Amino acid sequence: MIAWIAGFAVLLVKIGLVLGVLLFLAAYLVWAERKLLGRLQIRYGPNRAGIFGLLQPIADAIKMMTKEDIVPEAADRTIFLLAPAVVAVTAMLMAAVVPFGPTITLWGRQVPMVVTDLNVGLLFVFAMSSLGVYGVALGGWASNSKFALLGGIRGAAQMISYELALGLSIVPVVMLAGSLSLVDIVDAQASYPFILVQPVAFVIFVVSAMAESKRIPFDLPEAENELGAGYHTEYSGMRFGMFFIGEYVHMQVLGALIAVFFLGGWRGPLLPGPLWLLIKIIVVALVMIWVRGTLPRLRYDQLMALGWKVLIPAALANIVITGAVVLL
Amino acid sequence: MNPDERHYRKLKPVPPQRFRTISEIGEALNALGQGFVTTFRHLFRKPITEEYPEYKRTLPERSRARIVLTRDPDGNERCVACYLCSAACPVSCISMQSAEDDNGRRYARWFRINFGRCIYCGLCEEACPTSAIQLTPQFEHVKREILSMVYEKEDLLVDHSGKDKTYNFYRWAGIRTGDRDKGEHEREDKPVNVRSNMP
Repeated sequence: MIAWIAGFAVLLVKIGLVLGVLLFLAAYLVWAERKLLGRLQIRYGPNRAGIFGLLQPIADAIKMMTKEDIVPEAADRTIFLLAPAVVAVTAMLMAAVVPFGPTITLWGRQVPMVVTDLNVGLLFVFAMSSLGVYGVALGGWASNSKFALLGGIRGAAQMISYELALGLSIVPVVMLAGSLSLVDIVDAQASYPFILVQPVAFVIFVVSAMAESKRIPFDLPEAENELGAGYHTEYSGMRFGMFFIGEYVHMQVLGALIAVFFLGGWRGPLLPGPLWLLIKIIVVALVMIWVRGTLPRLRYDQLMALGWKVLIPAALANIVITGAVVLL
Repeated sequence: MNPDERHYRKLKPVPPQRFRTISEIGEALNALGQGFVTTFRHLFRKPITEEYPEYKRTLPERSRARIVLTRDPDGNERCVACYLCSAACPVSCISMQSAEDDNGRRYARWFRINFGRCIYCGLCEEACPTSAIQLTPQFEHVKREILSMVYEKEDLLVDHSGKDKTYNFYRWAGIRTGDRDKGEHEREDKPVNVRSNMP
């Protein structure tokens, strides 16, 4: 009984730690994005709240929470209120299976540094990622606004298309690691990270991951200059904030997944495991911001052509080649 | 087949873009890379932002902000209360009451601009025949109390000539005042006797 309670307490601590880091980083990722994007465009970015604008996320949070929470009269109320939570929760749940360090021994007891080590962790990640689409599609639909609906439909179409490429690109990694558990995949990269043997899969995964997190150049569901704000046009206050948090948590989780699948997860010289994972996540996020500052948005047909005609065939070919090499 | 359909059939589909040669793929990748290099270089440039409250740029003389009523070079009020600015104002924010002084000069008994409504379009300045009403570059013209945005004549009058340094309406216009009779203005001939001027 005591062992059970102790295990539960450790689990709660881990959940609190992961959630805390995730949300704190999400807030400061927004700050980093605005700051870095500003410098990429020869501007300063936020620099009024605190030094270097460091208090900006707090100011934003206060603003979001004190704003009126408007539900349009013609909206489908229940779904409208639920949709932002779906986006944020699915993004956060994905972080549950990401290992952030080697197993440590606490009071003579093995404590794995992961919230839950699912043996089908990879499938869980993709399931959550697909569920996130519901938040976007339902939010767009329930708003009862044509722009929101268009954004929601685009979001659904885009994410279904890129889900395939995302899933297929990771199959060679699973072949090499021989497991669907994220912990085992990281352990399989003890000697070398998979990016060295799977550069094609890495590129496909990164591109699809950016499309999954709806970032420029794949931000068609938002597309502020065509659709107002896309699927979250009608949202205000903290519900809009939830979509925002969801997007940035998604960004981090995809950064973590890129690290886990290709960059060796928490493995790295000198520094402790969690710190290495954090560094890798931040580097991936910074590169994503750099991409945002450089590339224009794709046209809808270009987006579909890239997904179906380039990424998926390339991923399939990669699977066949990897399979042949592994077999030999 | 209805005529509409025939029309659509004539339109050829746009051929999809394809990379024809390896060199074209190379060009595309090169262009992509150049974009990333350009934005990366911008990281190390000094931002061109002018940070407003700390640094205030002096705006061009003709930029349009706070409105003033100027005086002619002799120090008299230029405004002759002709109502042209008030008529030209698209948001009707100018109002006044005309009057005539002992000297025969017209002036505004009161003159009021509601800056809460003013859109700083400059049409009043264009309409003004005496260069009296002028827009200045003083753009910091915001107040918390809406009623304090209503400016009376004493708030509007300034003791300089603004952008038009030389013009003095009563020195040129052929209007009889206490200072000048008809024919005594600049570049004005003596009035002719219409009876003796017959052909």
